[in-house]
Amino acid sequence: MSRGKVSLDRREFLKTGVAGATGLVVGFYLPGRDEIFAAGAEPEVLNAWIHVSPDDDVTIIISKSEMGQGVVTSLSMLAAEELACDWKKIRTEFAPAAAVYFDPVFRAQGTGGSTSIRSGWVPMRRAGATAREMLLRAAAEKWGVDKSECHAEDGTMVHTATKRRATYGSLAVAAGKLPPPSDVTLKDATQFAVIGKPLKRLDTREKVNGRAGFGIDVRRPGMLHAVVLRCPVYGGKVASFDATKARAVPGVKDVVQISTGIAVVADNTWNAMQGRRALEVKWDEGKLASVSSDTIWKLYADRAEKPGVVARKNGDAAAALAGASQKLEAVYQAPFEAHATMEPMNCTADVRPDGVDVWAPTQFQTTSQITAAQVAGVKPDAVKIHTTFLGGGFGRRGWTDFVKDACETSKAMKAPVQVTWSREDDMQHDYYRPASYAKLAAGLDADGNVVAWTTRIACDSVMSWFFPGSVQNGLDNASVEGISDLPYAIPNVLVDYQLVSAGIPTGFWRSVGASQNGFFRESFVDELAAAAKKDPYQFRRALLAKSARHIGVLDLAAQKAGWGKPLPKGVFRGIAVVQSFDTYVAQVAEVSADKGQVKVHRIVCALDCGQVVNPGIVEQQAVGGIVFGLTQTLKDEITIERGRVVQSNFNDFDVVRMNEAPKVEVYVVPSKESPTGMGEPAVPPVAPAVCNAVFAATGKRIRRIPIRAEDLV
Amino acid sequence: MAIRFTLNGKPQAVDVEPNMPLLWVLRDTLNMTGTKFGCGMALCGACTVHINGEATRSCVTPISSVAGKKVTTIEGLSSDHSHPVQQAWIELDVPQCGYCQSGQIMSAVSLLAKTSNPTDAQIDDAMSGNICRCGTYQQIRRAIHRAAQLHHGPPAAKSAELERPQGNAVAGGAE
Repeated sequence: MSRGKVSLDRREFLKTGVAGATGLVVGFYLPGRDEIFAAGAEPEVLNAWIHVSPDDDVTIIISKSEMGQGVVTSLSMLAAEELACDWKKIRTEFAPAAAVYFDPVFRAQGTGGSTSIRSGWVPMRRAGATAREMLLRAAAEKWGVDKSECHAEDGTMVHTATKRRATYGSLAVAAGKLPPPSDVTLKDATQFAVIGKPLKRLDTREKVNGRAGFGIDVRRPGMLHAVVLRCPVYGGKVASFDATKARAVPGVKDVVQISTGIAVVADNTWNAMQGRRALEVKWDEGKLASVSSDTIWKLYADRAEKPGVVARKNGDAAAALAGASQKLEAVYQAPFEAHATMEPMNCTADVRPDGVDVWAPTQFQTTSQITAAQVAGVKPDAVKIHTTFLGGGFGRRGWTDFVKDACETSKAMKAPVQVTWSREDDMQHDYYRPASYAKLAAGLDADGNVVAWTTRIACDSVMSWFFPGSVQNGLDNASVEGISDLPYAIPNVLVDYQLVSAGIPTGFWRSVGASQNGFFRESFVDELAAAAKKDPYQFRRALLAKSARHIGVLDLAAQKAGWGKPLPKGVFRGIAVVQSFDTYVAQVAEVSADKGQVKVHRIVCALDCGQVVNPGIVEQQAVGGIVFGLTQTLKDEITIERGRVVQSNFNDFDVVRMNEAPKVEVYVVPSKESPTGMGEPAVPPVAPAVCNAVFAATGKRIRRIPIRAEDLV
Repeated sequence: MAIRFTLNGKPQAVDVEPNMPLLWVLRDTLNMTGTKFGCGMALCGACTVHINGEATRSCVTPISSVAGKKVTTIEGLSSDHSHPVQQAWIELDVPQCGYCQSGQIMSAVSLLAKTSNPTDAQIDDAMSGNICRCGTYQQIRRAIHRAAQLHHGPPAAKSAELERPQGNAVAGGAE
């Protein structure tokens, strides 16, 4: 660990306070945040609060959303490392929406981009150290000794010489009255007692007895339930509707038009669904009604014929290609993908003239607050966001369409309303992982060295959907990442991008651009290895000689998988390595492909995510990311017909199940670097590792996912 | 007209539309939200409960068909996490987002009631109706084997209380 002593910027001020008997509250606020970003300084927004109660409970306020990735536990571990508290007495609460909790990367309060540990690594430990220092001073004052004579131990301050002890709880109120320290010293990694241990998750117990509160579980006094009928074509509008029959359904309270469609409000969700079935609506379907998957792919293919905005350029790729002794060309495709979180979108809102309460399984508190304020016509400060557990996120819950639904319906009903999306609503009104069309070419010299690489990507821009107008020069990094950062030592590279939108909403999907570009690139590298008649592992290794972290994961994966050693009859290996969110991941897949049926038996995953905060959670994220990646590789895609999403539920968008889940092994390269992202980076190498194994098994190169039986013969 | 059944060992009466699925009676009428809505078509298993001991998808089970029967939900499994399946789930730290886990646990309990020491193939058969989008399948499989042991053998070792037993896998860690 490189950071030792850290001093607080004077533009930061430390808020401390004592509320009644609640004890010590520590947090930080950085009013000059935007100035600092503009100046290019390292972001140091401290976004944690630590609360020590007189009865010795330590509450860590979690500013990130818990969607399974373990932040409740791992962020608490960072604070606990410095606080030296009793881990068994840790409690956690989700943070309200407030500027103090802004993530330095987003400059807003949200969870995504595998940022939680990266953003919390210094601030959470600093918050712990600051609280410990204040408790230490309170103990020293109480005993009339110098603080250097005291030390912290498992939630207790100890006067080292006399062994006098005082619990944190007994010191909390006095500590809260002290001025905060102007600087604190963070432990060196060699001193870590908590970080690096496979501590169990703090949220497991409530997740095995049904008590964990997800958004859909919110129950408020007087709450009504609603479902919304939306136009099946995105962007379509209500032309007219007749709610007579819907209103006659038992339990239906009202039918109200909102901006996304028609909300049917009832005493329970089932009755609301029955009312929705009875609605008679005429839609103005709008211009998307003529769009289908075929027309979309044709549009993308046409656009891919024209040069795009340059995302990466080294040397002169065109000239090098022209002079190459062997030239390879290929078109790769990845489809739209739904998030299909197990908890469908939902939100509960209570919109009153004086303010709003929103209970939401959201990945984005700041925009949820702004959305609710706009609907209610109040200031954002008058909106309280209560973040619940999220039943999966994967990027979908960074949007606020479900928050808007609930706020508009509550406003119309003048009552608390929970809007629940059915699975069909959720699958057909998603912000999909963009479909992408990629033309790749490469040239080899007579010795099989790669002398040129070009890629043109035609796909929609996620950032343009998320923040309209945010893509100014036609280049959205989220569309090209995973390939514009091609790590191979190739002298002439050109990656360009055609921003093309068919009007189908697109969004962030676990690992974003790398989810498709990792497939394109690592499959095409495999094609080059085959053309050069070289082993695909050694071929990559030679081209990555200058990138120690790539080599580290590649070698570890190959070694643990027994690369080159015999396999059972009919089983073949494929390899891939992709870095994303600053984490390096290599995977070796063992696959059989008999009679058009691909079976993945085992995936060996090696990763380098810097220092590991919790190895158990790192393993969970790697295994989970691999299963997520397998679904797009083997099973499903979203297709469009007449502007409508064809798939509707798990019958026609079926994800990987227990019987299809391979044996997964995860190995971590030891590192002293700062931690990097872990929620997403295991996804991108899955598709190419599996498809490269399919090539080894069948000689068929898979250039579009999911793998289809007809592509194997 | 009230429909009567036994819920987690206690008599229960509800006055709702007879075709209303048990899932929504539990969640919205009785505010027992441990049983989850996932698909509404018996495709994902999130809503799994036991009816007369059989794992059943409550999202497609009309409340009228439950009259006179015994319903057990995740809330009725134990009040203190003492059920061997819950113990195994805690010991192996199975859940990630946790949303599907009520259904996973109810399916696993039903499997173990019939097959006290299931093979991997039997686990696949019994559990493939339950989707987990976080991909906890490997850990669920381990936990079912562990729960089978707990049925017959000693409880979890004390050392397993705070730390997660590592998968056979994580080789390195923080240094």
